[in-house]
Amino acid sequence: MQVTMTVNGVEHTREVEPRMLLVHFIRDELLLRGTHWGCDTSNCGTCVLWVDGEPVKSCTMLAAMADGREVRTVESLAQGAELDPVQKGFMECHGLQCGFCTPGMMMTGRWLLDQNPNPSEGEIREAISGQICRCTGYKNIVEAIQWAADNPATSEVTS
Amino acid sequence: MTTTEAVPTSEAGNPIGFGRMLRKEDARFLRGEGNYVDDVNLPGMLHSAILRSPYAHARIVSIDASAAEALEGVHAVITGATLEGLGLAWMPTLSYDTQAVLATDKVRFQGQEVAFVVADSRYIARDALELIEVEYEPLPPVMDAKKAMDPDAPVIRDDKEGQTNNFIYDWEAGSKDDTEAAFAAADVVVEQDMLYPRVHPAPMETCGSVAHMDSVTGKLTLWTTTQAPHAHRTVYALVAGLPEQKIQVISPDIGGGFGNKVPIYPGYVCSVVGSIVTGKPVKWMEDRSENLMSTGFARDYHMKASIAATREGKILAVKVDVLADHGAFNSVAQPTKYPAGFFHIFTGSYDYPAAHCSVRAVYTNKAPGGVAYACSFRITEAAYCIERIVDCLAAELEMDPAELRLKNLLRPEQFPYTTPTGWEYDSGEYEKTMRVAMEIAGYDELRREQAEKRAKGEYMGIGLSFFTEGVGAGPRKHMDILGLGMADGCDLRVHPTGKAQVRLSVQSQGQGHETTFAQIVAHELGIPPEDIEVIHGDTDNTPFGLGTYGSRSTPVSGAAAAMVARRVRDKARLIAAAALECAPDDLEWDLGRWFVKGDPERGRTIQEIAMDAHSALDLPDGVEGHLDAQVVYNPPNLTYPYGCYICVVDVDPGTGQVKVRRFVAVDDCGTRINPMIVEGQVHGGLAEGIGMALMQVIAFDEDGNNLGGSFMDYLLPTAIECPNWELGETVTPSPHHPIGAKGVGESATVGSPAAVVNAVVDAISPLGVRHADMPLTPANVWRAIQGRPVRTDMAVEQ
Repeated sequence: MQVTMTVNGVEHTREVEPRMLLVHFIRDELLLRGTHWGCDTSNCGTCVLWVDGEPVKSCTMLAAMADGREVRTVESLAQGAELDPVQKGFMECHGLQCGFCTPGMMMTGRWLLDQNPNPSEGEIREAISGQICRCTGYKNIVEAIQWAADNPATSEVTS
Repeated sequence: MTTTEAVPTSEAGNPIGFGRMLRKEDARFLRGEGNYVDDVNLPGMLHSAILRSPYAHARIVSIDASAAEALEGVHAVITGATLEGLGLAWMPTLSYDTQAVLATDKVRFQGQEVAFVVADSRYIARDALELIEVEYEPLPPVMDAKKAMDPDAPVIRDDKEGQTNNFIYDWEAGSKDDTEAAFAAADVVVEQDMLYPRVHPAPMETCGSVAHMDSVTGKLTLWTTTQAPHAHRTVYALVAGLPEQKIQVISPDIGGGFGNKVPIYPGYVCSVVGSIVTGKPVKWMEDRSENLMSTGFARDYHMKASIAATREGKILAVKVDVLADHGAFNSVAQPTKYPAGFFHIFTGSYDYPAAHCSVRAVYTNKAPGGVAYACSFRITEAAYCIERIVDCLAAELEMDPAELRLKNLLRPEQFPYTTPTGWEYDSGEYEKTMRVAMEIAGYDELRREQAEKRAKGEYMGIGLSFFTEGVGAGPRKHMDILGLGMADGCDLRVHPTGKAQVRLSVQSQGQGHETTFAQIVAHELGIPPEDIEVIHGDTDNTPFGLGTYGSRSTPVSGAAAAMVARRVRDKARLIAAAALECAPDDLEWDLGRWFVKGDPERGRTIQEIAMDAHSALDLPDGVEGHLDAQVVYNPPNLTYPYGCYICVVDVDPGTGQVKVRRFVAVDDCGTRINPMIVEGQVHGGLAEGIGMALMQVIAFDEDGNNLGGSFMDYLLPTAIECPNWELGETVTPSPHHPIGAKGVGESATVGSPAAVVNAVVDAISPLGVRHADMPLTPANVWRAIQGRPVRTDMAVEQ
């Protein structure tokens, strides 16, 4: 079947099997490799991207279900050389180690800040509680999102 | 000693040496531009899937793959019979046992590899699995290690000549006689059975590979999720008879390892065979259930610990009997001499003269493994064992567990200290570290709060642990894996413009090597870290070494990087002397520059010397041009990081729910190269520790079904269960490591589970509980409170 969706502002049309998962469409058809796959059961959240402005676990959705919709992935966060504050926060606060869960975490972090520019620690923890990180123990991820809240338009990454 | 003060910074603001520096590798990960194995796509690449056994123990009567082979888009179906023809049906494990690549005679655990399908897409490969007809004759499985040596237990490894039962090995350490004598003379003896249940590291990226055998050149390129690319290359050469110079193992970005990616798995081998058979690149990526059910698990240690002490709380001796469940194949990755890993470090951080352990290992119908999950070669089990039994002793003596520990900790003047089981601890100021932890926690205040809560019927618990690890294997004389000595190489080249490349044998799975190792070289040579490129994870482009596990990167390769930089510095001195027309002995080194003693204006920076080294400058006899060096670092001893952890929990006695309210971790890992990265390593390990203590377990039912085979069943801690870690540090540099660093990658995983369990048991001790096995799920805590604890590793009628 044919599906057409707008991904990061560009419209794509592909012939796919009806059963193809959205995460596989993004990774294997569009070769956007920043969205990862980590479990079979929608528990881990490494595949989080946005569909029509809402974070979604893209392994729970068929590509066909995204037909005609707007998808946004981690590749769209930076504007050219300019990182999104959430990306800067992850770097500043050492919010990533192996980097595998990071795209999903950042997409959720960006969405949270768009809804709630000044979240509490508890609200950040709640927002990312559907996603698993095995490296960081979450503390620095929470601080990274907090950093982005505190520096919404900072252009300098400092050491 | 502090590591962050008085460090010069580069123009980019990075420390030229040790200190907080943002990670160089982050740029690609933040943009979604990491390159993990599943991101490798080659022209014409095929996909694959593995058919796995639904049974824990069954004889294979027949396999009919004809329908699968006939499916459009299928290129090959490989079975054990195919591999037998190639002599590849079995492969050696890293413990001199054998493991089936694809089962031929029997399946020996649920999830074992039976057939391998190569197809145009991952979807077609999975479809084809459904079409393979396997006839099994089910056999009774051995699921309980305690019954594995029963006379009527089915023999799992009847493939091995002369194997008539499920015995693997008996091993012991320490002096049994001295220990028994100490026990006989003791005022108090406390004994406790404890289980460190089977858990799985579950890195977010599962295991996989992309194999490309070039049929014209005969070169095999293998992108694979490995923590030890060089060791893997050698094993592929030995197993498959492939010429080692034509094998390139590339370990690209790795999405977490934790020891899960040390062994060689059947899927890797099958992807190689698949590429040979089809003549095309073949990708294999396991799914999460395959990862949890078939790849290297950790622990599964049944321990009976006993401790002897005086009535005043002076420890006299400790003994431990262990029953180790290794699963169906003994595939643990650890130094050959030590079949139970470094478990005999169970004597811990205390001063007493006698200890003994005996370990019996058995086969069961479970997945193979045992040494993984940031365990420092079984030091997790050892640290948990001693820290639990010390708490049991404290309860028996009605003594505060902190007081008991302080009474027995090794004193600074005792180092180097030889333990009753033969380890030589290099350095430590244990009491200082413990006092720092108690101060951060506000220990006395916590005990007061606990007393108040208890008076109100609330169950708050405070748990301590004090651990010592030995990390950084070898020395190569004592430590090898499959005969490969545990020493690691490092190459350093300084280019004419003064920019450098350093090549490592170890590989990062998130530990930040591209930053840390640049800082080590920067510290030694004065070249800014942003001018130093770290190259790793590619056997064609890096020197040989054993890889990243057992916290060995910093203790071994970190030392190699420091030593190779010093060798370059020595060579730079000769070249600078030639350029300055003076004797090398007249030169002094400071901040990246050789200068004439007493005339600091006359000197050459390392960058100027790099250009000199490549120029037409007349060099003295014996000094070749260019500015580079290589070393192989053979560690003289392990390094011994340690720490004190304090956990505070609240337990709901009605539901058994445990809330971790606070967690204080004070680590002493010697010199901290990049404190930000060190703290990140500790944070992650603490989360792992909470997970193991409270929720993670791979249990089985009596039929051999894996009850932790997905993230629906194998629970991992999220941001909700993890508190805001409170960290502290002390710094006692290792005396024998060139920069005094000890390694920290596994410290928190080793040290934290005991603190959590001690806290929970402390909380519910007024209800008469002295011990409860992990994981302390609400159900298990509730049962312990009811006085009806059950086996946490098996779902059986009890």
